This record gives sequence, structure tokens and C-alpha cells, in this order.
Amino acid sequence: MEETVEYAQASGLLGSVWLLVAIPLVSAAILLLLGRRADRWGHWLGVAAIGAAFVLGLTYFFQLSGLENKSVEQNLWQFISVGDFKVDFGLLFDPLAAVFVLLITGVGFLIHLYAVEYMAHDEGRRRFFAYFNLFVAAMLLLVLGNNYVMLYFGWEGVGLASYLLISFWYGRPSAATAGKKAFLMNRVGDAGLAIGIFVMFATLGTTQYDEVFNGVGSLTATTVLVLGLLLLLGATGKSGQFPLQAWLPDAMEGPTPVSALIHAATMVTAGVYLIARSNPIFSANHTLQLVVVSVGAVTLLMGCLIGAAKDDIKRVLAWSTVSQIGYMFLGVGLGGAAYALAIVHLLAHGFFKANMFLGAGSVMHGMNDQVDIRRFGNLSKYMKVTWLTFMMGWLAIIGMFPFSGFFSKEPIIVAAFEREGWTAWLFGGAALLGAGLTAFYMTRLFVLTFHGPARWTEDIEHPHESPKLMTIPLILLAIGSVAAGFLLATSVPDWLQATGGLGGQEEGHEAVLAHWLITVLSLLVTVLGAGLAWMLFRDGTATEPQPAGVLVTAARRNLYTDAFNEAVFEKPGVFLTRALVYLDNRGIDGLVNGLAAAVGGGSGRLRRLQTGFVRSYATSILTGALLVVAAFLAVQAGWLA
Amino acid sequence: MSNFPFLSVLTVAPLVGALIVALLPRRRPELAKQVAFGWSLLVLALSVIMWITFQANGDRFQFRESYPWIPNWGVNFTFATDGIALVMLMLIAVLVPLVILASWHDAESSKRSVPVYFALLLILECTMIGVFAAADVFLFYVFFEVMLVPMYFLIGSYGGHQRQYAAVKFFLYSLVGGLFMLAAVIGLWVVGGKTFDWQALSQVDISTGTERWLFLGFFLAFAIKAPFFPFHTWLPDAGGAAPAGAAALLVGVLDKVGTFGILRYCLPLFPEASKWFAPWALALGLIGIIYAALLAVGQNDLKRLVSYTSIAHFGFIGVGIFAFTTQAGTGAVLYMLNHGLATGLLFLVVGMLIARRGSALISDFGGAGKLVPLLAGVLFFAGLASLALPGTAPFISEFLVLIGTFTTNKPVAVIATVGIILAAAYVLWMIQRTTQGTLNPALTESDGMRRDLSLREKVVVAPLIALIVLLGFYPKPVTDVINPAVRATMQDVGRTDPAPTVGSVQEAAK
Repeated sequence: MEETVEYAQASGLLGSVWLLVAIPLVSAAILLLLGRRADRWGHWLGVAAIGAAFVLGLTYFFQLSGLENKSVEQNLWQFISVGDFKVDFGLLFDPLAAVFVLLITGVGFLIHLYAVEYMAHDEGRRRFFAYFNLFVAAMLLLVLGNNYVMLYFGWEGVGLASYLLISFWYGRPSAATAGKKAFLMNRVGDAGLAIGIFVMFATLGTTQYDEVFNGVGSLTATTVLVLGLLLLLGATGKSGQFPLQAWLPDAMEGPTPVSALIHAATMVTAGVYLIARSNPIFSANHTLQLVVVSVGAVTLLMGCLIGAAKDDIKRVLAWSTVSQIGYMFLGVGLGGAAYALAIVHLLAHGFFKANMFLGAGSVMHGMNDQVDIRRFGNLSKYMKVTWLTFMMGWLAIIGMFPFSGFFSKEPIIVAAFEREGWTAWLFGGAALLGAGLTAFYMTRLFVLTFHGPARWTEDIEHPHESPKLMTIPLILLAIGSVAAGFLLATSVPDWLQATGGLGGQEEGHEAVLAHWLITVLSLLVTVLGAGLAWMLFRDGTATEPQPAGVLVTAARRNLYTDAFNEAVFEKPGVFLTRALVYLDNRGIDGLVNGLAAAVGGGSGRLRRLQTGFVRSYATSILTGALLVVAAFLAVQAGWLA
Repeated sequence: MSNFPFLSVLTVAPLVGALIVALLPRRRPELAKQVAFGWSLLVLALSVIMWITFQANGDRFQFRESYPWIPNWGVNFTFATDGIALVMLMLIAVLVPLVILASWHDAESSKRSVPVYFALLLILECTMIGVFAAADVFLFYVFFEVMLVPMYFLIGSYGGHQRQYAAVKFFLYSLVGGLFMLAAVIGLWVVGGKTFDWQALSQVDISTGTERWLFLGFFLAFAIKAPFFPFHTWLPDAGGAAPAGAAALLVGVLDKVGTFGILRYCLPLFPEASKWFAPWALALGLIGIIYAALLAVGQNDLKRLVSYTSIAHFGFIGVGIFAFTTQAGTGAVLYMLNHGLATGLLFLVVGMLIARRGSALISDFGGAGKLVPLLAGVLFFAGLASLALPGTAPFISEFLVLIGTFTTNKPVAVIATVGIILAAAYVLWMIQRTTQGTLNPALTESDGMRRDLSLREKVVVAPLIALIVLLGFYPKPVTDVINPAVRATMQDVGRTDPAPTVGSVQEAAK
């Protein structure tokens, strides 16, 4: 039963895997250090670096597929070595990492291309590409590390890059605040991940993947549970899952390509990666898996509910990301064969979500940066390419046959129904309900944007389609949205077999419903949700906020999660800081100054004893001398012994 | 080369330089600056040679020299350095030239003599080197106290708002701590057989009660110097009032004498007492981490804010020392170095901002990134180093402290980890209020804010940034020097690292 994880040493071409991280990193450094001198060509350097990384990634991918042991590692240099704590700056290239590398660089390249045009009129374009490439470098390090410290290194690097990109327009207070919020909430998760690493070292004496995974069997169930929960805390932070989801929608303050790259296609998938990578830990404890599944289910429903109530095109997409990643968490939480399903969905999502975010950017580009879907409508006539490509993304995300979402999401729903007992109904039902809700709110988004009557603001006369440099990435991503699911659904699980622990040989239970029935049901709820939304919104909607019931009001306010955070953390935090500042100045420092004043006062009084009269000094001397003599006598006599 | 009297020469050299600079005519300030800068570069060069000559795997103490001073009392000029002191000496040698360069125009605004300012910086360097190089307890004490004098004048004569109050408070507070230490030093001399030699004293057996009192005497002085909660209130005043360069040295180096003293004197000389008091020391460190971080969030004065962040960082160092593992100990020493680089940089950059704006109040800034993008970028980098982001040197030290502490004391490590979230809060909020958001109209009217970093300022910050990044990716040259010294210190205390609870996987495989 227990399989040991073994990695081979990288050799030949694979010995240069480090270039994947180095190329984007160096390009970012060049762009930052050269400053304005690189303004004219900087963006092309950024694109070229990611293009090169993608080509390299493909080459390595094919190299790897020809190997017997598909997990090769490379230790570059000794990073930390103190006592028994030894960490190498080491990389691991295996099927899981390879898949992520291709997603990050492939989709990343298309988004880069798009951004060249999208950011053409922004004076900070060079800086933008520097941050973009810094992000790619950090993300690649995250997925390529061969130990948890390397992962943490990339993990925090990703946090930094996303902070820089979210608050890219730092002159806007809202952008600066959103960036800070993202970094802080991520740091909460990071702290969990860090403590998880401490636990590994304290119990197993190592942070290397292979050694940790091989040692999981010797840990107590409690340790595994604690360790897993800590890793999960990290994962929820980076992936915008409950309870650390609040930063993700605010992150839409960044330029749209940022939303596509970071908050849809790559960064938010880091949590899924962490759990998939750590599958030997998560598979070892059923309670732990139950927690992961619950987080996934709660978040996917939460994302749907809130997404249905939002009117900002990017925020709807952001909440849909939260929700779709909930599906992935559901998948990795189910364990066994579902790990691979989650990765398939992650890849498919990478395509269709990038597609739709860039589509949204294209719409905004043509509509004077308008983001309110109540102010769109009838754009299918004016932006044909954007409309058609967005349609592919829309059909994919709602899981319509034969688009990619169907092949990637439906198996996760089936897997949820394969759980034991009543939990099958609970989580299967949640996944199914989520599918219906997704169809509803995404159709609402699609119809309000592209169909129905035009409800534009007065400054817009004739919306224009975006230039080629933006539409070509859209078309390529749309092709991916159509085909990826079908192509990936069987090939990726096979490919991932070779990754330690992702074999999925462990068969789940019999589903509580027949497989075909679940398929029919999920298609049915999708059609129902989509049809209902089409009926409701085909004639447009009011352009002003409408009074709403309890549920919709709650959803508009993010189910009061922000209010909760504010009431429980922010306000008491601010109060505490103020109180402490007061305490420190008046209390502790007051004590010090009070002491000083007392000493000062005391010495003032003492000074009066220095009368200058020899007779009083003589008296003092005499008294002192008598005391000393008395003391000596006392000691001699043994009174004080 | 190993016979060269590095330590005494390094101690005396800055003093000679200071005399030369002080004797230069007052109306030739430029010459004074150049001589001071050149002289500090010479000291740096000599320190680099010493660093190269030092054998990481050799004796614990190297470059030992001893000359009689007061034979009747057994007082000697004894110098020696272990890996811990060596790292601190290197930090001083690197920081002082940069501080001199950064302070180029700082003394001009005051009515005092410019040459004297730079002479004071060199005297300060002399006393700082001496305090780390001393291997005689009395000599250490003398440097420990004398060190206050140049800093007192730097703050009191050349400082900003409330400088007199801050200088006197700094001086008195340190002096009080010093008196406790003096009492303990004399006590040690009595029980230790009338010698002040560190080597000899470390062999002496002391009765439990006496050991605890002596420990307390030393610890109190060091806790004030470091400073640990609740003895910290002098630092924000001193750091806030001192000129930025002096503040960088104050927080970057001077305060490290406290934590260094604990490692060199408290732990090896009073091992049993150190263990007995460890829970209390850990508690103080922990309170410092959380309390000072929260206070840093609430500050509206840039220099006071940086001072509070330092108190939080000293909390980490304190926790690292009293966790008694090689990881935490090495992390603590590395932290002392990295904090010197990172907070040194932060203080210098903040100083550049304040010099331009003419105000240290955060509320007087806002949106400064638009006007001085490069300066804002460097400030942000220094902030990242301060919050210990991976890729910057402080990450490694903080991580080592936490992971090393976790193996012996899980609750302490977990609570301390909360500090990394708070660190992000105070850094990012400070960044947001100064460089981001809407541009404060008053900034555009201030002349200084139209100039981004000058060449001189770039030369100041570049080496620090380079060192922080380099040590963030490859700390091995430094950890290899620190590690043996820390291991020896832990042996003095009689603690070994706990084995992994489940047993190391590598060993199981064997």
C-alpha cells in the first residue's frame, strides 16, 4: 500500500530547468533597474521572456515524457544549513509541476501579448511588465521547488507581485487599499503555511517533499490533522477561499490583464497546487479531507450567491473565480482520483477564465472603462470577436456540453456523489446546486453585456472592437475554452499518474446516484439556470440599484463577510493600537518620566543637605563612622552571622 | 596575516581619524567630510581583510591580543573575536562609511561645527568596535559606557525636535542599566577570583543564588540597551530625535550590543541562571514582538515608527537567543546583522524623505511616489526587508528564529509568527500613507520633493540593497561564520537541539 516517493537527479537538458525561473526574474530586474531607458522596448522584453519560458517549458515537458522516473530534481546551491535544518535551493520537475509550468507560461504569454496593447497608453507600462514577470518568476518558483521552504519563497513572492500589480495605479486610494488588503490576508495564510513547515521540521526533521511524504505514515493522526489544517490555511489565503476570500474581489482594482493572469489563471490556483502536491498528507486523514471538502463546498456556493448579485463585470468574474476554485478544493478534498480531476478543472479554468477576463477588458476598452453590466447591452453587434470568444468562455464555465467545463466540472460533481453516506448527498447536492447557480449568474452577465437593448452612458456613441493584438489572444484562449476539457479530461489524469501520490488508484465508493443520472441532472440544472437568466434579463435591466430581499441584499454585501472582518478584526485592531499608543506614552513612558521626576525632586531635596557648614558635615561624618564601627562590632560579635 | 593585531588597530584607527577630522579647520567642512569618509573606508578595507583571514572552522576566539592595563585589579586590554562579534564588526565597518555619506549635509542645518559631527561619528565607530572586540569584562564595560558619550552629543547637538530631552533620556536610561552591570561586573570579579578575563570567568563555578543576581545585573543593562519591553521607551524618543544617520547606527548597531551582550556574557557566564530566567526573557521578547508592532502601526512619525519596528525585531532576537537551539541562535545573530542592514537602510531612506519634506510626520506626506518614484521604490524595498520577505536577508534570520524556537517551545513560536502579519501591516500602511494614494498638494510646493535620489544617495543605498538581496539568496558565507560560535554558546548553556520527534527520515533510511 505504502508507496515511497523517489526523485531522480536532473540530467541533460533538464539540468537547465532553473532557467524557467531565472529568465522571467532577470527580465523583471532589467526592466526595474534600467528605468525609463527601457520604456520604449521594455514590454517586448517582458513578452519575449515569457515566450522563451513557454518554449523551454514545452521542451522540458517532452524531455520528461520520455523518462522512466518522471520526477527529476536539481539542487542548485545550499540555501540554509544550520544544525540539522538543511534546505537547498532545489527544484523539482515532475508531471504536476510540468502541467503548471505550461499553464503559467502558456496562458501567461497570451495575457502578456494582450497587455502590450491594453497598457499601451499607460505611462507605467514598463513597470507593469516588470511586475508581471516578477510574478511569473515567483509563481514558477512556487510550483518548481522541491521542498516547502522553496514553495514558501515563491508563495510570498507571488504575494508581493500581486500586491504590486493590484496597487499598480497606486495614486488611487482604493487600489492602494486593495493591494494592502490582499497582502495582509495572504500573510495570514502565509503564517499558517510557515507554522506548517515548522511542524514538519519539528516532527520529521526535514522540509523536502520526498522525505516529508515518505514520513507521513509515521506521524500521529493529530499531527497530520494539524499539519494539514495549517497548510489549508495557507491555501485558502492564496486561493481566495473561505474564510480568507475577501481580498480577491477587491483585487480587481488592478488593470484587467492582472485580473486575468493572477486572479484567474495562476496565483489563485496556488492553493490547489499546494494541496495536490501535499496529497500524501491530505490523503492520510479523513477529517482533514472533510474540512477541505467543506471549505470547497461553502466557498463555491458563496461565490455563486455573491456573483449573482454583483453588477461590476470584473467582480462577477472574480466571484466566479472564487466559486470555481471552490470546485477545485472540493476535488482535491475528495482525494484519490479526484485530485487529477481538480487539476483538469484548474487547467480548463485557466483558459476560460483568462478568456473571459480579457474579454471583459476588451469590453471596457471599447466602453470608456465602464464596468457596470447594467450599462452595457447589445454589444454583440459592435464587438463581434469579443462577443464570440466570450461566448465560448461562458459556455465553458457553465459546463455546457461539449465545452471544456463540462468535461472538467461534471466529473467533480460525480466524485462528490461518491462519498460515503449522507455526505455524498450534502456535497454532491452542493456541487449540483452550484452548477445551476453558475449557469444563472454567468448567463446574466453574458446577456446583460452582449444582448438586450443598449443601456450605455451618454458619452459612448459607437463601441469599437479591440485591436488585433488583443483579439488574437482572445481567439486562442477561446479555442482552449472549447477544446481543452475534452483533450485534457483523459490525458491529464494519465500524465499525472507519475506524480507521487496522484495515482488515484484508490477507488471511491459507489456513487449514490447512477453516473448517467448525475450527468443528466447537472446538464439539466445548467440549462434551467441559464434559461431562467435568459428569460429574466433578455430585455435588459434597470440601470439603478433596485430594492431587494434579504438574500440579495446579503449577497450584494458579500454575505456580510466584510462587515464581519471589519467588526471583529479591523475596528478592535485600530482601537487596540490607539489604546496601546496611549498606554505606552502615558503608562510605561509616564512611569519612566515619573521616576526621573521623583529622582530629580529627591535630589533637589538632598541638595539642601549640602549646606556648606563644616559643622553639619562633621556631624554626618561622625554619624557615619559610628554606624560603620557599630556594623563591624556587630559582625565580629556574630550577631548577624 | 593572522598575527596582525586586527582588533586593537581597528579599535584605535577610527579614534585617530576622529582626532584628525576634529582638528581640521571649521570653515573647511568639505575636507572634514572627505577625510572622515576616506578614513572609514580604510577601516572597512581592514575589516574585510580580517573577515577573509578569520577561519570559520578554526578556534572559537581568534585574533586574541592582551596588554596589561591595571595589573593590580587584573584588568587587561584583551581583544578577541568569535564569529558572532566578527559579523557585528563587519556590520559596523559597512554601515559607518554609508552613514557618513548619507549624513553629508545633515550637520549643515545646525549651528554646530560640521567637522565635529563627523569626528563624533568616527569616535562612535571606535567605541562600537571596541565593545564588540573586547574580551575582558571590564574593558567591555568601559566601552559599553563610553559609547554613550558620542551618541549623546550626536543626538543632543545635531538632532531634531526635542533633542535635548531625548538625549538626556537616552543617556540616563543607559547609564542606569550600566550601573547595574557595574555592580554585577564587580560581583563577578569577586566570585571569579579577581580577574576580568572572559576565558577565565567562563570556567568559574558560581553558586545558584549569586549566579542569578549577577545574571540579572547584566541582563538588565542589556535589556535596556537592546531594548526589550518594558525598557524600550527611550528608543522612539532617541530614534525620533537623532539625525537619520546617527539613528541608523543607534538602532542598527548600538542596540545590538544588548543582544550581543546576552549571547557573550549572560549565556556562557551564567548558564544555569540563563536557563532559569529563560521563560521570563521569552515572555519579554514575545510581548515586544506583538506590542511594538501594534505601536508601530499607530505611529504618525516616520522615525518613531521605524524605532518601534526595531523594538519588535529585537523581540524576535530575544526569543531566538533564549530558545536555546542552534537554528534559533544562529537566526538571532543573523537577525542582528540583517536588521542592521535593513533597518539601517530604512532609517537612511526615511531620513532622505524627511530632509526633502522638512517633516517627519506621515500625515505631511501622501502620494509621494508620483514625485520621487525611485526614493519611494527604495523605501518600499527597505520595508519589504523589514517585513522579512523571502529574497531579502531578514527572511532567513526570522525563519531560523521561528523554526528553531518551534522545536523547543511551540506556543512561543506560534505567537511570534503572528508578528509577521503585523509586520506586513505596519510596513504597508506606512508605505500607503507616504508614497501611495492621492498626492498631498503640500508636497508639490516643497522644493525638496522635486529631486529624486541624487548620485550620492544612490551610492548610499545601492550597497545595502545589494547586500540584502545577496544574503537573502545565499546567506551561507555568514551562517558558516556564525554557526560554530552559536553552537559553542549553546554548549556553554548545556543545551542540544531536540531530535525530530518521529526521527529523521534520512537516518531511518540508513
